[in-house]
Amino acid sequence: MITLKNLSAEEYMLPGNAACPGCASVASLRIALKVLGPRTIVTIPACCSSVIQGYYPKSPARVPFLNTAFAATAASASGILAALEIKGREGINVLGWAGDGGTADIGIQALSGAAERNENFIYICYDNEAYMNTGTQGSSATPRGAVTTTTVTGKKEKKKNVPEIMIAHEIPYVATACAAYPLDFAEKIRKALSMKGLKYIHLLSPCPPGWRFPAEKTVEIGKLAVSTGAWILYEWSEGKYTLTGLSKGMTKKSSRKPLKEYLTAQGRFSRLSEEETKALQEDVDTQWDRFNKKLVESGTAPTG
Amino acid sequence: MILTGNYAVSYGVKVARAEVVAAYPITPQTQIIEKLAELIAKGDLRAKYIRVESEHSAMAACIAAEACGARAFTATSSHGLAYMSELVFWAGMGRFPVTMAVVNRTLAPPWSIWNEHTDLLAQRDAGWVIMMCSSAQEAYDTAIQAFRIAEDERLLQPVMYGLDAFSLSHTAENVDLLDQSVVDGFLPKLDPAKLPVYMDPDNPITFGNLLGPDAMMEFRHLTKEAFDRAPAVIEQVAQEFSKISGRPQTGLFDDYRCSDAEVALVAIGASSGDAMDAADNLRDRGVRAGVIRLKAIRPFPGREVRERIGGVKAIAVVDRDYSYGFGGIIGGELSSCLKGGVHRYVAGLGGRDITIGDFEGMMDDALSKAERGEDAKEVWWGLKELA
Ligand SMILES: Cc1ncc(C[n+]2csc(CCOP(=O)(O)OP(=O)(O)O)c2C)c(N)n1
Ligand code: SF4
Ligand SMILES: [Mg+2]
Repeated sequence: MITLKNLSAEEYMLPGNAACPGCASVASLRIALKVLGPRTIVTIPACCSSVIQGYYPKSPARVPFLNTAFAATAASASGILAALEIKGREGINVLGWAGDGGTADIGIQALSGAAERNENFIYICYDNEAYMNTGTQGSSATPRGAVTTTTVTGKKEKKKNVPEIMIAHEIPYVATACAAYPLDFAEKIRKALSMKGLKYIHLLSPCPPGWRFPAEKTVEIGKLAVSTGAWILYEWSEGKYTLTGLSKGMTKKSSRKPLKEYLTAQGRFSRLSEEETKALQEDVDTQWDRFNKKLVESGTAPTG
Repeated sequence: MILTGNYAVSYGVKVARAEVVAAYPITPQTQIIEKLAELIAKGDLRAKYIRVESEHSAMAACIAAEACGARAFTATSSHGLAYMSELVFWAGMGRFPVTMAVVNRTLAPPWSIWNEHTDLLAQRDAGWVIMMCSSAQEAYDTAIQAFRIAEDERLLQPVMYGLDAFSLSHTAENVDLLDQSVVDGFLPKLDPAKLPVYMDPDNPITFGNLLGPDAMMEFRHLTKEAFDRAPAVIEQVAQEFSKISGRPQTGLFDDYRCSDAEVALVAIGASSGDAMDAADNLRDRGVRAGVIRLKAIRPFPGREVRERIGGVKAIAVVDRDYSYGFGGIIGGELSSCLKGGVHRYVAGLGGRDITIGDFEGMMDDALSKAERGEDAKEVWWGLKELA
């Protein structure tokens, strides 16, 4: 179990990088690398995380970073693994680290291919719910109601459920996480490290400029995503869903904060009418009803 | 051994000890990767086969494998190559010494599986060495040499080589195979210390983060300089290969009877043998004809070719490719290296046969136009009325 005490004090993602103030994704990459350790090769496609590395010849990374094309993360990781294996280079972890656009949209084909081949690496999608690198255009992971520069009146369609798509591949491990809960995230990476095959972690990653909230509120917003039930923290392995962290106590509607608290804290939802807010609240409730059924089927529903 | 051009590539890649093969099937390349999958599964080739879901992923995986010190190979054709194109540039600009066989096929629409060179030539600005094979033997030999060329410290750029669909890819001929020990002597193991990019946790680097306008030109100039050295690398590798194989090898191009020629035809690929037969026929008729068969297209041996045929009365260039709004690609490239025009023949698009008689006709046409003092211009050879 990873705790604040045993989380490595070593830094592999150094400060002074080019991320915006309050960026959850770079903070989470820092946590991920602490768990993965120095013997890790990371491959990253076009996304904010490629930009935050800053300008050559400087780099904030203390482990090898192989930048690749937007759609290519999972294929690049597969190539790294093949080389490590044939070269007998043992004991090196491979991480694919990509945004929601690079995962849910353009990179999903390569990811699905790697999942079907059950390639032995960890894929983390840090989900800031839009194409942030290019200035906040809507992605398939943008939630309903959110304004982006290409969903100017608020996105009409629902967020694509990538974790479920990955579960359908029956890989060894799928988990969700939220950047506001770094230890929960770290523990999931630790677990993933103990398994062979493709491990997928989908990390909700609040983004101050993209979601339009003040930079100091990143953790607060992330916590609201979970406490309102908009984002569910869970793990899936061998057919079983398990809730983790705060989400464990949130199966009942009464234990969840009103979604409105999450929505009104962010500029991207400021256009929502009362009616639309209600509809989104219903989406959350339905999402939980469905999820609770999965927990019952898994035999993992909290008792009482 | 009797082998198709495709299988010749597979056996060449095997004896070159490729370590990672990541590939996606497309007609008419499939035999290459099927044979490699089989050789790897049987343990005859110690390599990892990655059954990727697309050509884009194939090249991404090859690049990553090279970045981790493994010799990587893929093969594709037409649509696959076009689909891969983003990563073709990634390999070239990143200087990853991947090698790739391209079975030349027409790009749709309409669907066609037949031979055309536009697919390969459309990638010519991607920072790859580009070669064209003319026989199954040469496909085997090139598959081996490609790794030596790509991995040469003076170059360190990827290499792709074309095989004409069917007329080369699926035509069986006798191919002399080399002993493993002979090839091992010629092609040393890939030394990670020499790679420009090597992912090593003990010496961590970041590859490919941002680079501003202040240094990008200098980076690109390094690649340009590598290509300035490429002709010498290719010639040296060909000479050494001639020694180990006992088969004289061409590096950049073949010169067939051009030394005293009055008309020279320039061609690439499998049909160049027919062009040489055509030159013989012309000589039987008393016309001094010769053929330049380009093997290398990048680096483009324009200066070297000019030295051979710059003075002939008429130069005919055959293009089984086309750049719309410009003209035949090889003809265009060659004319930029020569004084005076070249007679440009666009022929064989979509896999139409170019016969020995066609080549004779082109040389006759070019020579008679030159003798009449007519300007060189483009001819679509054998164009018919659409039904
Ligand atoms: C093939 C291709 N298409 C488009 C782009 C432009 N592009 C670069 S990053 C990016 C958005 C990335 O979004 P996401 O994956 O969500 O990561 P984020 O920037 O939000 O962190 C886009 C559209 C590109 N680099 N390559
Ligand atoms: S736009 Fe968002 S995800 Fe990108 S660097 Fe800034 S805060 Fe981080
Ligand atoms: Mg994003």
